[in-house]
This record gives sequence, C-alpha cells and structure tokens, in this order.
Amino acid sequence: MPQRANIPDGQAILRVTDLVKRFDGRAVLDGVNLEVRPGETLVVMGGSGCGKSTLLRHMIGSMRPDEGRVELFGHDLAELSEDRMDLLRKRFGILFQSGALFNSMTVGDNVALPLREHTNLDDDTIDIIVRIKLELVGLRPAVDRMPAEISGGMKKRAGLARAIALDPEILFYDEPSAGLDPVTSAEIDQLMMDLSGKLGVTSVVVTHEMDSAFRIADRMVMLDRGRVLKIASRSEFEAIRDSAPSGDETTDLIRQFLRGESQGPITRRRQDTGYAEDLLEAADGER
Amino acid sequence: MSDGVGKRGAVRALGARVLGGLEYLGGMALLLGAAGRWAYRGAVSRKVRFGGRALAAQMVRVGVRSLPIVVLVQAFIGVILALQMSPPLKPYGQESQVAVIIGIAGFRMLGPIITAVVLSGFAGASIAAELGTMVVAEEIEAMQAMAMNPVRVLVVPRVLATLVMMVLLTVIADLMISLGGWAVSRAVLGPRVYVGYWDRMRDALVYADFVTGLILAGVFGTLISLIACHEGLKVSGGAEGVGRATTMTVVYSIVAIISAACVFTMIFFVYEI
Ligand SMILES: Nc1ncnc2c1ncn2[C@@H]1O[C@H](COP(=O)(O)OP(=O)(O)OP(=O)(O)O)[C@@H](O)[C@H]1O
Ligand SMILES: [Mg+2]
Repeated sequence: MPQRANIPDGQAILRVTDLVKRFDGRAVLDGVNLEVRPGETLVVMGGSGCGKSTLLRHMIGSMRPDEGRVELFGHDLAELSEDRMDLLRKRFGILFQSGALFNSMTVGDNVALPLREHTNLDDDTIDIIVRIKLELVGLRPAVDRMPAEISGGMKKRAGLARAIALDPEILFYDEPSAGLDPVTSAEIDQLMMDLSGKLGVTSVVVTHEMDSAFRIADRMVMLDRGRVLKIASRSEFEAIRDSAPSGDETTDLIRQFLRGESQGPITRRRQDTGYAEDLLEAADGER
Repeated sequence: MSDGVGKRGAVRALGARVLGGLEYLGGMALLLGAAGRWAYRGAVSRKVRFGGRALAAQMVRVGVRSLPIVVLVQAFIGVILALQMSPPLKPYGQESQVAVIIGIAGFRMLGPIITAVVLSGFAGASIAAELGTMVVAEEIEAMQAMAMNPVRVLVVPRVLATLVMMVLLTVIADLMISLGGWAVSRAVLGPRVYVGYWDRMRDALVYADFVTGLILAGVFGTLISLIACHEGLKVSGGAEGVGRATTMTVVYSIVAIISAACVFTMIFFVYEI
C-alpha cells in the first residue's frame, strides 16, 4: 500500500461543502456538497456546461469559491498560502479536458517536467521513469514527438502520463475518454482501474461516456443546475438505469441521462423554460 | 439627449479610462514585485529554481535574433547623425565636432532608445504571443496545477534575459552608431571630420555618458519584458486575444520607453549627471 499521509481510514480525502461559484452573477455551482473517500473512484456526471470542469478547478484550488469550502487532504484550500498549496499540488495529478500539454516541448519532456521541477533525480533516472509512464499509456514510441504532431487521443494519453509522473495520491480526470475510439477508451478505463486497484490511487473522473462510467465507478454523482442531484454507489445508479419510469421527477431525470434518451424530464424542462423567457426578452427589447 | 447627459457620459468615460490605466499600472507593479521576489528567492535559495537552461534559451532568443537588426539600424543612425550635423556646423568651421555630437547623442540616448524599440518589436511581441498562446491552450493553468508558478518559470527568465540582452545590445549599438558616423565621414564629409574622429570622441565623452545609457537600457529592457509578460498572461478569448496582446505590447512598450527616457533625462539633468 502506498502511504496515505494523515488521512485516517474512512475519512474523506476531499470534501466540498456548500460550494457556490458565480460567473457574471449567474451561479454555475449553487451549493455543491460531496466527499471523496480514500481509494475510491468517484464519477461526476451532468449535462454539458453544468459546471463539471468548474467543480474540478475548485477541487484542485485553481479557482476560489465565492462561498463554501473545499478541503483536500484535510486542508481548507482557501486558507493555504501559495507555498503550502504548492506542496499539496505535488500530491495530486490532473488530466485536463484538452490534455494541456506544453506545446513547446516534446512528449517526453512534458512527462519529465514535473520530475525535473520537483525531484532531485538525475537525468538518466528521469529518462527511465518517463519511458515507464509512457509505456503505461502506450505512447513510448512518441517520446520525441511534439504535441502538434500527435492526435487528440494521444495528447490525452500523454497528459495522463504527465499527471502520474509524480505518483500522485489522487488523480482528477476531465473527460479522459471523450473523442477517443472505443478500444483506446476502454484501454484508458483499464489504466484508470489499474491505478486505483493496484496502486490505491483515489480518482475523481468527469465523464459523459456512460459505458465507461459504469465500468470504472465505485460511486457516482449527478450534477444538475449547479447542485448535486444524487450521489450514490454504482449499483444504485445501475438500478435506476434499469428501472421503469416511476413518475418521480428526480429519478426519471437521472434515468433519461444515464440512458441517453431524447424524451424525458430534461427535454421537457428545456422546452418550458428557455423558450418563453426568450420570447419575453425579445418583446422587452422591442419596447 | 441633453448636453448634461453627454457631458456626464464623457466625464464617466474619462473616469473609467483613468481607473483602467491605474489598474493596469497596478497590475504591472504587482508583476514586477512578484518577479523581483522570485528572482531574489532564486538567488538566495538553491531550492527555488527557474532553470539556467530557460535563461540561456531566452537570452539566445531575445539577443541573437535581434542582433542583425540592431547592428543595421544603429549604423544608419550614425550615418544620419553625421550627415545632418555637419552642414549647420560648417559655417562656424566646427564640422570636426560631429564626432562629439555622435558620441553624446548616441551613447546617452539613441543607442538605448532605438535598440529598445527594435527589441519591443522583436522580443516583446514574441513573448506576448508565446505566453498568450499558452494561456489559450490551458498550459498556464496546467503549469499552476503542477505546482510551477508561472512568474517563477516564465516571467523571471524572460525579464532577466531581456534586461541583460538589452544592455549588451546597447553596447554594440553605441559602437555601431560611432562606426556609422565614422564611415560616412570618411566616404563623404572629408578629412576635417574623420581625421582624429575617435580621439575627439574619446576626449569629449565622460564615463557618465556611457553609464547613463546603460542604465536606461536596463530600465527599457525591464519595461519591455514586463509589459509583454503582463499582456501575454492576461490574454482571454482565443487567437484574437493573442493578436491584440502582441499589438498592445509594442504600443505600450514604445510609450513606456519614451516616457521613461524623458523622466530619466530630467533626473540626470537636475543632478547634472
Ligand atoms: N472562466 C469563466 N468565466 C466565465 N464563465 C465561465 C468560466 N468558466 C466556465 N464558465 C461558464 O460556466 C459554465 C460551466 O462551465 P464548465 O466548463 O464547468 O462546464 P462543463 O460541465 O465542464 O461542460 P462540458 O461538459 O461541456 O465540458 C458554462 O456556462 C461556462 O460558460
Ligand atoms: Mg468540461
């Protein structure tokens, strides 16, 4: 087992409390509460633009909450100095939605960068670690390529190799398998499961791919209108997915999302909010 | 619309402009402070790194690429000065003083200022474009998430490199202005000007002429690189934002260079340096 510093068993490694974030007065996150337990894989779901990436940015301390708190490894992120925050940053890894590789460096240098920055390892050792990490994501042949020369899927895998360079205790993934072919996507899933199963890495995964979500999740959380609609174990979500319509708004909404159906509460809501308001606004403009 | 509303609107717009300007200066001051702090920490502590490699790379990029242009442009400045100054001096039989004028005007002001303008187009614009592109591609955010402070990793090496290169290029610029003046004297203006050219220049110049020029060069280099980093790091809105940042970097740099030159010249004048 890797050491998991000062987190007693059963306690949360990450806790989000009443998190509110507004952009231009519009609350994108509107009172989010959730916990991530050591060693688990938590999948975050929700419609496009519902604030999943924003939630992730708060979890890694790159955005400050307007209200509420984010505690990582038992520290309130808002109260940490920049130097203390940097110490925490070395203990987690993040895979950005776009991969976010440094375009001026080769794939290998991208993976080596955190090692060069934060360890005192010599160049040969770093080189070996880089090759191991790239082999893990199936990218060893691309070590000397520039990010501009590789495909979107390869960028994501390279980003993952960089995220695990320092053997983090917790990993954040923003849509790791979006835009990948089914086989590559399944390989990434397998890799994520290996990391959590064999190395005990805690994972928070934002994803739209339901197959992948049900493969990797221990627990799942569904966001809607800036709040947590439901947070529960995978089996509970499976039960909802496989159940018949119940007439309960929340359950039906989740079922529609999980099944990816075009009819249901989500569609109805879109129809009866937006449209009428749009017309009224247009009428206001006329006057 | 009544006149009153128009006037109030204008006052409000002016107020917003002034506030915006102050905010910009404040942002620059904060960046300067942060860069200074990191540079200091890097100097005193072995734990804080920004990489000798990065510094060297930036120096090559800032300096080597601008060198040919600086050499060319500054030689032309020498030629222009010599050709323009000799006719008005001729009636007094003082054409020989061309060497003195070139020395003082070149070393004190034209050397550093023209070099700085070249550098703001070369180094400033490319730094702003580079950092702006990194912002757009989420690279800066990724860097922060990896516990690498962008000021330490990106701004400090660029500011140091631009400062050092600006000073070195100015030494070369001084030389080129003098050479340009000498060459055109030799070719066109005749022996009264070019015989004893270097002796006259050396006798007339004092240390302060050379040193104040280099001080200015350092100030200009710091200004250019800070403006470029500031503009680059605050880019938002994709490729268009990057384009705007590069343009504004050059515009603001030139304004800053000439304003600083004016202020420093006043100071040197008052203290008779
Ligand atoms: N820096 C920002 N400034 C202003 N608005 C923002 C900012 N970041 C995000 N938003 C807005 O917040 C909302 C949520 O964005 P976010 O990227 O978190 O969504 P998401 O759930 O990750 O969507 P997707 O599934 O498409 O990636 C969007 O409406 C977006 O326009
Ligand atoms: Mg997103």
